[in-house]
Amino acid sequence: MEVLYFAWVRERIGVPREHVITQAATVADLVAELRAREDRYDLAFSDLSSLRVAVDQELADFDAPLAGVREVAFFPPMTGG
Amino acid sequence: MRISVQEEAFDLGAVSTEFASGHKDMGAIVTFTGIVRDLPDDPLQAMEIEHYPGMTEAALRGMAEQAVERFSLGDALVIHRYGRLVPGEMIMMVATAAPHRKDAFEAAEFLMDYLKSRAPFWKREITATGSEWVESKDEDEDALTRW
Repeated sequence: MEVLYFAWVRERIGVPREHVITQAATVADLVAELRAREDRYDLAFSDLSSLRVAVDQELADFDAPLAGVREVAFFPPMTGG
Repeated sequence: MRISVQEEAFDLGAVSTEFASGHKDMGAIVTFTGIVRDLPDDPLQAMEIEHYPGMTEAALRGMAEQAVERFSLGDALVIHRYGRLVPGEMIMMVATAAPHRKDAFEAAEFLMDYLKSRAPFWKREITATGSEWVESKDEDEDALTRW
């Protein structure tokens, strides 16, 4: 699936998007896999309360299932308007 | 209904006039415009706005559709810019058309409250001393509870 990062999450991880091959069942499982990769991921995901997630471009919870999902995005709380 | 996520500036007067035209059964048009505001202590050089192409348009359309249904609007418009803006520039606008003013005002507030914390935009303020991502405010989240 495609994993996208925005704002300071993108800056900490260092790329705006990447293709990830994963068997993760939920967003939380995917986060755990990413955190285990490298320090920059571990740092970016160290406080989930300061992060939001979208699954296939809709806001979701960290326990959302990933079966059939094409795109997951991680970002800080939004500041539109 | 018109949704636009764009880098270029928009003409508030022209957009408002066009929006207000052609609704013979709509007695009230409300427009709101957001402006890049300078910072009192650390002058703002620019504001950079990032967004999530695809999700942004869908989120704005969803909000506008909700507003139309909930407040019986005849029409709704949302324009939101991204990229690098300087103080005084217009960031975004909403416009609502309803038979009566109460619905038009409330729908504009509803749209603004949702835009603040449910539209995937992120702002970064750039000053002479550095740059910082704008943090979301608890009150913006709390504002949604009244709807």
